[in-house]
Amino acid sequence: MAAYIVRRLVWVVFLLFMITLITFVIFSVLPSGDPAVLRAGRQPSPQLIATIRHELGLDKSKPVQFIDYLGDILPFLGHNGVDFGYSYQNSEPVLPAILTRLPNTIFLTAGAVILWLLVAIPVGVISAIKTGSWLDRLFMTLALIFVSAPVYFLGLVVLYLFANDIGVIHLLPGNSAYTNAHGFFQKAKALIMPWCVLAASFAAIYARFLRGNLIDTMQEDYIRTARAKGLSERRVIFRHAVRAAITPIVTLLGLDIGLLLGGAILTETVFNIQGIGRFAYQAITDSDLPVIQGTVLFGAFFIVIMSLIVDILYAFIDPRVRY
Amino acid sequence: MTATSAVKPPLLEVEDLRVHFETDDGTVRAVDGISYTLERGQTLGIVGESGSGKSVSSLTVMGLTRSRNARISGSVRFDGKELLSASDDEIRSIRGDDVAMIFQDPLSSLHPFYKVGWQIAEAVRAHREVSKAQAWDRAVEMLGLVGMPEPRRRADSYPHEFSGGMRQRAMIAMALANDPKLLIADEPTTALDVTVQAQILELIERLQREFDTAVVVITHDLGVVAEMADEIAVMYAGRIVERASADTIFTAPQHPYTWGLLSSIPRLDTPRDEQLVPIPGRPPSLIQLPTGCSFHPRCPYVQEAHRRIDPQLQPVAGERDHVVACLLEQDVRRRLWRELQSGAAPSAAREDVIEGDAA
Amino acid sequence: MSAEPIMRVRDLEKHFPIRGGVLQRQVGTVRAVDGVSFDVPRGETLGLVGESGCGKSTTARLLLRLLEPTAGSIDFDGREIARLGGRDLKHLRREMQMIFQDPFSSLNPRKTVGSIISDPFAIHGLHTGKGERREAVQDLMDRVGLNPEHYNRYPHQFSGGQRQRIGVARAIALRPKLIVADEPVSALDVSIQAQVLNLLRELQRDLGLTLIFIAHDLSVVRHMCDRIAVMYLGRIYELATSEQLYAHPRMPYTGALMSAVPVPNPRLAASKRRQVLAGDVPSPSNPPPGCRFHTRCWKAQQICRTESPELTVKEGGNLAACHFPLSDAEVLERVPTARGVKD
Repeated sequence: MAAYIVRRLVWVVFLLFMITLITFVIFSVLPSGDPAVLRAGRQPSPQLIATIRHELGLDKSKPVQFIDYLGDILPFLGHNGVDFGYSYQNSEPVLPAILTRLPNTIFLTAGAVILWLLVAIPVGVISAIKTGSWLDRLFMTLALIFVSAPVYFLGLVVLYLFANDIGVIHLLPGNSAYTNAHGFFQKAKALIMPWCVLAASFAAIYARFLRGNLIDTMQEDYIRTARAKGLSERRVIFRHAVRAAITPIVTLLGLDIGLLLGGAILTETVFNIQGIGRFAYQAITDSDLPVIQGTVLFGAFFIVIMSLIVDILYAFIDPRVRY
Repeated sequence: MTATSAVKPPLLEVEDLRVHFETDDGTVRAVDGISYTLERGQTLGIVGESGSGKSVSSLTVMGLTRSRNARISGSVRFDGKELLSASDDEIRSIRGDDVAMIFQDPLSSLHPFYKVGWQIAEAVRAHREVSKAQAWDRAVEMLGLVGMPEPRRRADSYPHEFSGGMRQRAMIAMALANDPKLLIADEPTTALDVTVQAQILELIERLQREFDTAVVVITHDLGVVAEMADEIAVMYAGRIVERASADTIFTAPQHPYTWGLLSSIPRLDTPRDEQLVPIPGRPPSLIQLPTGCSFHPRCPYVQEAHRRIDPQLQPVAGERDHVVACLLEQDVRRRLWRELQSGAAPSAAREDVIEGDAA
Repeated sequence: MSAEPIMRVRDLEKHFPIRGGVLQRQVGTVRAVDGVSFDVPRGETLGLVGESGCGKSTTARLLLRLLEPTAGSIDFDGREIARLGGRDLKHLRREMQMIFQDPFSSLNPRKTVGSIISDPFAIHGLHTGKGERREAVQDLMDRVGLNPEHYNRYPHQFSGGQRQRIGVARAIALRPKLIVADEPVSALDVSIQAQVLNLLRELQRDLGLTLIFIAHDLSVVRHMCDRIAVMYLGRIYELATSEQLYAHPRMPYTGALMSAVPVPNPRLAASKRRQVLAGDVPSPSNPPPGCRFHTRCWKAQQICRTESPELTVKEGGNLAACHFPLSDAEVLERVPTARGVKD
């Protein structure tokens, strides 16, 4: 197992390197605003542009720029400390900017994950046990609706209906409430709608998946054996069937968490939450390469690490898996 | 005139059992009226191919076919108690306790995520008020009883860490943990290598002698029932077509399907170059059974009446406990069998015996 | 019977590496086939018998060059094919074919039966004339007992036995010289097995095929095969004609295999002293030294642990690799059916 982890970690480093390289190449090649020009403001003179370009290091050759960047972000090469560069937009250091926004994304993600699991697991299990019943059909129809509705649409609908300030029913804090909230409970209250909106499609997907998987698992031979032993139906379903059917959810969950930690762009935008996703989106429209690279790297890191964690966890859940 | 001592009822009495499943394609008549009895300590072999209903009949005894689309009728009496009308709770208390079952593929029949000892202990605790430690000890004891080396260590292992033969032993240990009166073994050795098969069959025989357990062996392998069974029931298309002692089935069978089975299998005890005589055609669909005798489309001795009349199980004159469901005359059958035994092909036998008669 | 053998196998080996550690280096080897030699007489049926892990399926795949041997030579019709590759290998496929065990998974469910059987023609560019292929395929279907009108049906519309016939039709399409049948009837119902076995024998006669028949069921093997090789943990431990093997198996393992076969005859079964082997088959990555069977053999002695026996001729003509072969009396005790076999 240790050997496996070491091999995977080496692979992680390699992947992150490749991602950084690809991001760099893409933004060097794609036609986008010249950051120096964007930075320079109105009617810049050529000298001003040239100066800015030099300041930002944009006059060096591309490969050199890339190597410089690598040197900056790796903690042990060259400079002391880790330097993710400065935003082309406002010269803010990138790393601290990301780190201040990270907790928001984590809070949003954590709440949504808990919510969708609390909904999806019972719904999936009940639908599987009572396949074909009106309850099953109702659940699956709802699931279909929530899977189909885009997040931004749902978000706007929810705001329209329930927001404190502009909504039909003044129920929950609305847009921008999160940024203005202080303290854990105020923030949590402000996140109720975003959590629901973000969790909706995931809950639908997970419920459908669990339902399908559980229906298949109930056909397995070991379920027949469990019944042949005279166990109660409840025990057969939960201890034997659900236990086996739920393991692929661990893999899915890990990857989804990794994805969301990189920023739930649409949700953050609709509800104006200053998370990594919103940050990345703004940077893309501004062609702000250092920020883009920083957020991409963070996003990639989370996905890759969660993938590794999930694979290791699997070895504990499924005794047949051996590294 | 009553007997002075009470006569105990047979351990298992199945009477006119029918199990039909309603499906979108029609009614599947999986079991269509079977009857048999089993005494304590006896071994019954049920022989049939796929689609004969042999597995469904035993699953029904255990109550494992109860579902929304199943229509079950008839009677199954275990130790005097009627099982078909028993409540779900009642039959669950018998399952795994008085009646136990082992299945064909021990790898897929054991839960991959739980240790073997845990699974056996679970079977124990489902029916006995014992502590976890006591149940575990019983699991280890059972593993030792089935010949597993290092039972304590094995109890702590997962099913995928065992070989095929050991897994089947573990399943047997689990089934016998609560000292059942009846063990149903559904194709217990089909998925195993032949030398392991011998080990398992010997194990079942030994345990049966030790604990006086009645055994029902369900299989398509005529060799297995020859070695294990006292009595054999041959099933075809959801019915028992012949039932007799093991000896009789192999030396003086009276149903054309039984003859067909015996002639079509390669065996070690007959001359090598004897042709295998297959039964033409295939087993019928259980949704659309043939009219009259279900076997008639494949029977070399079919006559007009057989397409209309459905044969019932009739006792064979002069033989104890031998019943056959066939419309041919008894002495015609005897002569046909003699012809077949002397090496004639079925068509030749028909000509000699049946058409010879008519002439 | 003195014709040149169609195939000569010498010292065939196939080792699979076991990898572990951080750098995935080779830490062990699975010796699936570990030094196998035999001749396959032309026009005859050779049986390869053994239990799981004995290497018979791997050997079959090596003979057909679906795998490349780690060592050894395979001479097919005068040509060395062990190291063949590329186009030569493709041409070889016309001369040797395989029938697989599982009729349910060995046919592509998305292709029609006609398409499946005509695939070999398509691959090798045969019967390119208009309608020629269809005619050839329907001819084949008729030969194996299928209704040629079902040309456009899909595998799931056929029963197991019929699917196996489709596999046979595909195998004989190119008129190969050699066919390897890997457990062709194990997955079929008893009454259907006989149909397919009879078909194979008939085709062998009509087309002059050489057949290599792999199975674990000794009764089936006896019926189909002229000569039989018994494999255990990657080696051949006995090689004899069918009569010799079933009248007097010499290697104790063969004796145990035969003793274990349940015989459909209750009286014979009752008189049999079943030879039950202790323990399980050892792992092919760590085979026992000396004679590989010694860990489970009731006749094993010191020499069996240290010296690996060679295949030599034993009493009655069997080639067996054993230091203490079975005597006739020992055979009869355990294998009552041997009594009836004429040698």
